[in-house]
Amino acid sequence: MAEIILKNVNYQYPLEEKEVVCDFTYCFEQGKVYGLIGENESGKTTLCNIIRGFIPELYRGKLEGEILINGRKISSYDSGELASIVGYSFQNPFVQISGVKDNVYEEIAYGMENIGVPREQMIKRVDELVKMFHLEELVDKNPYELSGGQKQRVALASMIALDPEVVIMDEPTSQLDPKSTEDIFEIVNILKKQGKTIILIEHKIDLVAEYCDSILLMHQGELVMHGDAKDVLTDPKVLEYGGQLPQIVLYFLKQGKLKGNEIPLTVKEAVEKILKEAQR
Amino acid sequence: MAYLELKNVSFQYPNGYTAVENVSMEFEKGEKVAIIGQNGAGKTTTVKLMNGLLRPAKGEVLVGGTSTEKYTTAQIAKNVGYVFQNPDDQIFQDSIYKEIAFGLLKSGMGKAEIDKKVKETATLCGLENVLEEHPYNLSYSKRKFITIAAIVVMDPDVVILDEPTAGQDRDSTERLGKIMNWLTAKNKIVITITHDMEFVVKEFERVIVMAKKQKRRDASPKEIFWDEELLKFSNLKQPYICQFASLLGYRDVLTIDDMIGVTE
Repeated sequence: MAEIILKNVNYQYPLEEKEVVCDFTYCFEQGKVYGLIGENESGKTTLCNIIRGFIPELYRGKLEGEILINGRKISSYDSGELASIVGYSFQNPFVQISGVKDNVYEEIAYGMENIGVPREQMIKRVDELVKMFHLEELVDKNPYELSGGQKQRVALASMIALDPEVVIMDEPTSQLDPKSTEDIFEIVNILKKQGKTIILIEHKIDLVAEYCDSILLMHQGELVMHGDAKDVLTDPKVLEYGGQLPQIVLYFLKQGKLKGNEIPLTVKEAVEKILKEAQR
Repeated sequence: MAYLELKNVSFQYPNGYTAVENVSMEFEKGEKVAIIGQNGAGKTTTVKLMNGLLRPAKGEVLVGGTSTEKYTTAQIAKNVGYVFQNPDDQIFQDSIYKEIAFGLLKSGMGKAEIDKKVKETATLCGLENVLEEHPYNLSYSKRKFITIAAIVVMDPDVVILDEPTAGQDRDSTERLGKIMNWLTAKNKIVITITHDMEFVVKEFERVIVMAKKQKRRDASPKEIFWDEELLKFSNLKQPYICQFASLLGYRDVLTIDDMIGVTE
């Protein structure tokens, strides 16, 4: 079970005067997929660093408010324990590759090796992940020889290998082509079915609309909008905060015939709605 | 006459992997061209061949009608600027100002002129207020703009942007569009690799599709995004509005306005 509660959280980086996260209050429930959206530098990555304890542990600075993970204060966890609960994949996949392994297969096993997973179990797990992330053709390659998109998939697989309860993905598809991007979102779905809590920072709003249950929109460090995807992502106010809306929503908003959460979010929903109305 | 030309170019990495096979393409001054394709299709290799970071195993690269075979990468880079996919491969100075000014300093330009150029380019790239910051204090998105500024400030005839849209929000994506138009207005060639199909529809009139190490088509966005066979072969997807239109039985729609036009 994983539940994350943040109450009136404020954070300021060392030597900076401005708060990067201001009065953030929210409860992340277990087993849901959260889309964390907002402009660059609105505080999304900083918030995730708070949830995984890198703030204040590593970055220092001034952190206020209350953060509970599974009912326990985050400060009472040691960093190893927290890391086994909260998995994080970096925004920039180029920095996540360990640099000590010379093939993809071992790279994926690296985290497990470090925590002492038995060999047989490790092999079984890596084989599963290779299949899940479509890495069959890459297993013997050096992680540094991979393209940006391939590195990104390997970095994600390495994180999922440790089976964390909470999965934070910071722009997991930024370097990926549309097909591989959808593959990642399919993996998000698989992880959701396994009961994991997923926090996804992502600019590809059309896919956020399709796969996320709830949306959190940040603007200048504050949580300015939150709620079900169909409520938030049909609201033009998102645009005023520098956020984005799905193409389909923009079409219906411009066309002006539907309002509020009547507006479909995805191509599939839109087509179904139109065909249904045509039948009437 | 084309200013930049690849003629039957092939490339093999030292480990024996062929990344690009028999690719030919031409670019005229003032053109803005998108290159799209799956990860691993050969896009980055192709553009690195354009500025001499990689050298063709077969075929030749011509800049201004001259083969670049005998020129050094530094010489070619004066005319053909390449902005790396990963900004951290390119950044090495301890302030943004220095990062942008570095190439100009090496060229022997006077301090006052450098200052003027750095500030002008920084403003174009949205960095005018952070010039004294350390590049690594900025977000990935901003670091990408630093690397763009560092190339643009050198005033090359060709600017190649490798996945500039990766990780960018709406305003930054709009800024990229503006930078590209600023360059083409100065008669530069802009070549952009991107996975953002909405960006392609909005900003480009010419699109090159690469798949499985080769160029597969060079055409307008409308031709590309309604060539279903090509998209399937190249593992590409139509932009969302095209998908929507297609499922409702319309064709040749590209934008929200097109779609409103046909449904009314």
